[in-house]
Amino acid sequence: MTAANSAPLDYLLHLADNALVLGQRNAQWCAHGPVLEEDIALANISLDLIGQARLLYQHAASVINNARKLAGEAFALPLEGAFAPRGNAAALTGGDATEDSLAYFRGPTEFRNFTLLELPHHASPAAASGTGRDYAITIVRNFLYSAFMQRLWDALQASTDSQLAAIATRSFKEARYHVRHSRDWLVRLGDGTDHSHARTQTAVNTLLPYTEEFWTVSDQEVAAIADGTAADPRTLRLSWDRDVDDALAEATLSRPGHDGFLPRGKHGLHSEHLTDLLADMQSLARQHPDATW
Amino acid sequence: MSDPGNEWPLWEIFVRSKQGLEHKHCGSLHAVDAQQALQMARDVYTRRQEGVSIWVVASAQITASLPDDKAEFFDPAGDKIYRHPTFYDIPDEVGHM
Repeated sequence: MTAANSAPLDYLLHLADNALVLGQRNAQWCAHGPVLEEDIALANISLDLIGQARLLYQHAASVINNARKLAGEAFALPLEGAFAPRGNAAALTGGDATEDSLAYFRGPTEFRNFTLLELPHHASPAAASGTGRDYAITIVRNFLYSAFMQRLWDALQASTDSQLAAIATRSFKEARYHVRHSRDWLVRLGDGTDHSHARTQTAVNTLLPYTEEFWTVSDQEVAAIADGTAADPRTLRLSWDRDVDDALAEATLSRPGHDGFLPRGKHGLHSEHLTDLLADMQSLARQHPDATW
Repeated sequence: MSDPGNEWPLWEIFVRSKQGLEHKHCGSLHAVDAQQALQMARDVYTRRQEGVSIWVVASAQITASLPDDKAEFFDPAGDKIYRHPTFYDIPDEVGHM
């Protein structure tokens, strides 16, 4: 594989980090689901996302390692510090990047996920009734994100990065189910009791502003869109808007106005919640880098 | 798990493992309606590639024989071994039956 037909590293990591961070978030419902069947459904969705993250990290790692080999010792990525495997992980892998070094040995500022995906499962601690989890937040976030990813994966099937195109084909099917699951619950909760309607509307009001980040593109992404490895999210906006408006109408929910807030998670500027999430996820691998199951 | 699960009706789940085979009963689950039961069945019973098709049937729609009826329903068949086709000579050319 040559550098020419690989999507930019930053873009691959953005897609991978999205999947990993939301997969980790949703996994927090494991054994706490509102009913047994939903507990299993969310675990399935988490595993789909973590599976996507693995494929994307493996691809990103091979891009890093190939670039290193080509350039020899002189090679330096623009974000070398961010992506170099560190400490014991580097010793274990002989210094090569791996899916594990990318997932477990990067810090919060090195993650490229949308801010939306790292937020906790509640709009405010007070609203979470002691459990720290509000299913309305979980469902609304899964819907907003998977409705976007369904469109994006569909477009990425035509990527000139053949590895990314193959990952997109697989992920597209999974995203379609994630939309089906979350949309179904969005309508049931929105068009349910007064209480479920109110909580779901709060979740929509809280989360929808964060989706503004879907439509921003980095400089690297602009170049990748031009060479056909990436898909342009801005071309997906109208159809996503329609998907969201249709679902909200069916759920008898209203769409809040936009106040100009623009999150920057994709550029590494995160909320404090990502730090907590990563500490939880990475602590075992960092304390016992050679641990195996 | 909390109460709502107990309030939702029960559904029987039938999964067809591959084309050409029949749907087989594989368990039951609670869901609000048939569509939701179908979706939940997908997550609960087909996550290890068990199926290519799912049927859901409201458990309340199934009429079942009662354990108390066992004596009159099933026991009389017990001593009628002539109902098994084991008393016929099968011509060799038929092969395995």
